[in-house]
Amino acid sequence: MSDPLLSVESLQTQIATDAGTVHAVDGVSLHVAAGEAVALVGESGCGKSMTALSIMRLLRPPARSVAGQVHFDGQDLLALDDAPMRRLRGDRLAMIFQDPMTFLNPLMRVEDQIVESLAMHRGLRPAEARPAAVAALRRVRVPAPEVVARYYPHQLSGGMRQRVLIAMAIACGPALLIADEPTTALDVTVQAQIMRLLAALRRELGSALLLITHDLGLVAEYCDRVYVMYAGQIVEEGEVTALFRAPRHPYTSALLAAALPLHRRVTDFAAIEGQPPSLLSPPPGCRFQPRCPRAFGRCAAPPPMVALGPGCTSRCWLHHPGAADA
Amino acid sequence: MLEARDLAIRFRVAGGWLGARRQVHALDGVSLTLAAGEVVAVVGESGCGKTTLARALMRLTPPSAGRVLFQGEDLATLSGAGLEQFRREVQMVFQDPFASLNPRKTVLQAIAQPLRIHRLVPAAGRRAEAARLLDLVGLSPGDSFLDRYPHQFSGGQRQRICIARALAVRPAVIVADEAVSALDISIRAQILALLLRLRRELGLAYLFITHDLGVVRSLCDRVVVMYLGRVVEEGATEDIFRRPRHPYTTALMNASPVPDPVLARARAVAPLEGDPPSPVAPPSGCHFHPRCPVARPVCAAQAPALRDIAPGQRAACHFAEEAAAWPVLAHLMEENRT
Repeated sequence: MSDPLLSVESLQTQIATDAGTVHAVDGVSLHVAAGEAVALVGESGCGKSMTALSIMRLLRPPARSVAGQVHFDGQDLLALDDAPMRRLRGDRLAMIFQDPMTFLNPLMRVEDQIVESLAMHRGLRPAEARPAAVAALRRVRVPAPEVVARYYPHQLSGGMRQRVLIAMAIACGPALLIADEPTTALDVTVQAQIMRLLAALRRELGSALLLITHDLGLVAEYCDRVYVMYAGQIVEEGEVTALFRAPRHPYTSALLAAALPLHRRVTDFAAIEGQPPSLLSPPPGCRFQPRCPRAFGRCAAPPPMVALGPGCTSRCWLHHPGAADA
Repeated sequence: MLEARDLAIRFRVAGGWLGARRQVHALDGVSLTLAAGEVVAVVGESGCGKTTLARALMRLTPPSAGRVLFQGEDLATLSGAGLEQFRREVQMVFQDPFASLNPRKTVLQAIAQPLRIHRLVPAAGRRAEAARLLDLVGLSPGDSFLDRYPHQFSGGQRQRICIARALAVRPAVIVADEAVSALDISIRAQILALLLRLRRELGLAYLFITHDLGVVRSLCDRVVVMYLGRVVEEGATEDIFRRPRHPYTTALMNASPVPDPVLARARAVAPLEGDPPSPVAPPSGCHFHPRCPVARPVCAAQAPALRDIAPGQRAACHFAEEAAAWPVLAHLMEENRT
């Protein structure tokens, strides 16, 4: 396999709090190839957003990456100086977030915000950048882009704001777009529009997508590969169709069983009891063990990632050679 | 048990020209019934009026027109013992379990308050009753949780406490406004399983206000679909999922993510265009016509009445009889029929 576009190795991100150190990201390794759509799926607090922020180097103290590597396009991002990192962000590497209002300046017209980014990354003068900004809005299917360009963010609906944020993110044609719960705050019909838009843009620009989400439906429809995250760790990795057909890790199975589909009536709720552990003091051994219906003696020790086939791994003792003897 | 008849709620909002005040028709002629032991879903997107409907049914917002009946009696004229009975029998669980528990009161105080107000259990027995209720909602041993404060609990546990508090007065109806929307998938499944078990054990009726069609399909007997303050379709859950008769219902189903890669990728239906319109200035005629893929000129001129289309299924669409020809997830619907 050629070098992936993004490769994260044994990433450790911690948050120092009064109560102790929170191991928010605990040894995460993942990769995204050029043009690929990859999902990082998990529940709140599992560390998926912290992983994304670590990759983008957008962590704020007291959160800090303490170990591991993030290679993007041949550069180690964690070792990069601030200035080249700023040039990279919004250019080759872009990110969109759940709440667009947090990242749009309420006092600036939409076009001025896109122009600012184009001026910084492409060195365009405002006169040249304005048509480019309108073109970026047209590209994200904003109706009447010349008019919307003159609007302030508060004049736009939630879906339209997310389009503007996407327009800013793709204005420079990124190689990788990280989308952190981009549609969670939107109504379902608008969510469908935004997800279709992201898929279409990915085809047009040839960008890769890292989709951070809790929604297994979005993973099923829009992604090629998926990483399942639980309590700061990746617990399963696989190709989407295969993972949904035959999940290997008990947590993945439980998640899939708990996702109520609209195409079928589910009568027996297979709810997993309990809740994810605190990342201040995660349980020794397997982190899912306290809730796992299939836990056995060996789970008291931390399970390794076990390769189960090409691109398919599971962090579970059940799949370890000799598990049956234990 | 609980019934809304031609309910209309209008709010006056600022924001017109030169400070003129405009009216928002939050609800526009909504009728709905909830029988004893029944589970009814009200679905729709933001601004469709589903929360306003819940508040009107709870007697929290007075109607501008129409009536809400509880066991056949108008809520507006209910007083004294009748009102007290209504307030006991109809309880509500809200979306945000962080906002609906007083942070300065222990769990015991939260649950004992309704017991005291409704004089259901003498002071000496309240602690034991509160512990029993916590056991009932899966927080056991209940007694060990009673002296803690809400901040010591996770979101799912708090929602269990809210449910225990609602159950304290032995209600017949629970109105759940997006009660599981803020919860993670695995916790959501726990709460839904709990609600189903409580329904079986206590014979409760639920009104589920939600936007999650997966929850609707697996939990609810009947569905009411709302768009911009009006009911556009209602019927038995399985009938509606197998054969939606309103283009908006169809669009909602087409837009909802399906956790199955094969089915999800087989969908070739284009999503709806545009945003849900503002209830301050709703479109003329059928409110859905500007986004409707099958709209014709009459739709902009004339609002369609909610009418019987099939046994037990009503839709407000001029062309509901043509529903079979609409672009629905063919794959998905086939799956349904087998």
